Amino acid sequence: MSRLATRFAQMEGRTALIPFVTAGDPSPAATVPILHALVAAGADIIELGVPFSDPMADGPTIQRANERALSKGVHLRQVLTWVAQFREQNQHTPIVLMGYLNPIEAMGVEDFAREAAAAGVDGTIIVDLTPEEGQHESTVLRAAGIDPIFLLAPTSGSERVAAVRRLGAGFVYYVSLRGITGAVQRDWQEVLGRVRQLREALGLPVAIGFGIRDAATARLLARGGADAVVIGSALVERLAEATDVDTAVELAHAFLTPVAAALAEPTQVSA
Amino acid sequence: MANYHQPDEHGHYGPYGGRFVAETLVPALDELQAAYAAAGQDPEFRAELHSELRQFVGRPNPLYHAARISQELGGAQIYLKREDLNHTGAHKINNAVGQALLARRMGKRRLIAETGAGQHGVATATVATRYGMECTVFMGADDIQRQSSNVYRMRLLGAEVVAVDSGTRTLKDALNEALREWVTRVEDTFYVIGTVAGPHPYPAMVRDFHRVIGDEARAQCLEQTGSLPAACIACVGGGSNAIGLFAAFIDDPEVRLIGVEAGGLGLASGKHAAPLNSGRPGVLHGNRTYLMEDGNGQILPTHSISAGLDYPGVGPEHAYLKDSGRAEYVVATDEEALAAFHTLSRREGIIPALETAHALAYAFKIAPQMRRDQSIVINLSGRGDKDIHTVAALEGIVL
Repeated sequence: MSRLATRFAQMEGRTALIPFVTAGDPSPAATVPILHALVAAGADIIELGVPFSDPMADGPTIQRANERALSKGVHLRQVLTWVAQFREQNQHTPIVLMGYLNPIEAMGVEDFAREAAAAGVDGTIIVDLTPEEGQHESTVLRAAGIDPIFLLAPTSGSERVAAVRRLGAGFVYYVSLRGITGAVQRDWQEVLGRVRQLREALGLPVAIGFGIRDAATARLLARGGADAVVIGSALVERLAEATDVDTAVELAHAFLTPVAAALAEPTQVSA
Repeated sequence: MANYHQPDEHGHYGPYGGRFVAETLVPALDELQAAYAAAGQDPEFRAELHSELRQFVGRPNPLYHAARISQELGGAQIYLKREDLNHTGAHKINNAVGQALLARRMGKRRLIAETGAGQHGVATATVATRYGMECTVFMGADDIQRQSSNVYRMRLLGAEVVAVDSGTRTLKDALNEALREWVTRVEDTFYVIGTVAGPHPYPAMVRDFHRVIGDEARAQCLEQTGSLPAACIACVGGGSNAIGLFAAFIDDPEVRLIGVEAGGLGLASGKHAAPLNSGRPGVLHGNRTYLMEDGNGQILPTHSISAGLDYPGVGPEHAYLKDSGRAEYVVATDEEALAAFHTLSRREGIIPALETAHALAYAFKIAPQMRRDQSIVINLSGRGDKDIHTVAALEGIVL
């Protein structure tokens, strides 16, 4: 059983908390300590952003985080070494890389899959790789033991859901709104309804991302029966204030603790 | 290459092109593709487009025999396809009109666009006004500084110009920002991409709207010279004016197709915008194509004297035409382009855009090695009025 499948099996109806941070931001030295701090604060899975020069699906907060990381020379192979370092002390928290296709293509998808698996990466969310274009990549990743995680959106039709069912693994990332990371979602009940349908159609856990900024929203989604929630821009925004590694670690921990507590509260319903 | 037929139904040109976008954009692209296909079949749409190109753009424009310069070069006859005589002064308007008519047909009331030098932004602002639509143009903050007169033109035309402050603050970042805006407001907004890049169906659609350049030039050349040209030459940034010219000649194997990229300070300097000459295949802005990128897959900053060629990618069809050998891609440096800019101004009384000057520079280089009974068709893609401040500044003149 993959580390992601094991983790979702362990959740026993609780909502998994997935914080997102950009690798190398606010500084390369801070990344591994931040990952550990997030786990200590209650992260169930971690999404680690791979910096790219042209993050076309990201809002200003994550754009800036990408720019800061790139200005310090952060690149994909380095991100993999950080995952390997994290794995020296933590073998159970799944790590999912989130980024864009070009850095992976530059490395070569076969080399990437092999080295990422060896480093302890569990899944990839490649934002600009749709199931239609990503058949080869998905096959290579799965053969290496990495779950290709696809995005679905409110506007995705049934044929796209079928394509994701065919190629995806681990979980599915549901983009809760039409927009970019960091934007504002207002109708969470509609999101939850759609997520329930998708979970049934896909047979995979569905993580809700884009637009979740605080503990209150996370709690609302947990009570609505979400499998997992991703919280990214709000955390990245906070980390940007850190001037050294210790501060970054403290900020990460302080940010995530109340969100984790909100998810740990007993839920009213379980479907 | 008889019966050339690209792309396939998924927008692939061999290994290039395709649709590499976030899931949120896929339905919008599906909607666009369906609407474009339907419009292409609709005689009313085609008639309206044809009428707008005649009445508003001023087509057909001439294929002009540059006799003085041909004489001086002593070889092939130079013919200039005068896209600079279109309304707004460049080829960009052909595509802007086409996409705006499509947007109107789709019930969208707002156009957005990215722009580098500002020509595509001006063309989009112009057609938005013409059809009573709102218009927002995204432009890199650095380009806004460099191209202030075009920024003012867009504002005069009623468009909102948004400064893009991310990344390298140039055209590629403006494109990212326009994609972000589109995904956020897809219900009422149509994204008018200005070049043959982007996700399918954009590269094919933009080519089709510019194909009128090649169709006219081919017929005019046959009429005026009695034969096809030996070569067609155009500058290539994203490659829209080049593909518009080439498209009509791809099935004529005797016609050389030559795209001229921005050699900047020279390929060896690394300061250029010539992905077909020194880049490698990768994925950016929704398609797979040749890119200028570092070893880690990060897109590199580019340099060219002409803002319109200052782009790290190129349309996927050019990537395909390069690999297949049907078209050749060469470079002209800043210096060579500047010399050609002055030559055309002084010999023919035509001030070309600095982008176009790259194509002229290469044509002037090969014409003397060709026979006098051969001809070269150059796409004179834009006029140079927008560039006089740049050229004057290089000569130490403050206007």
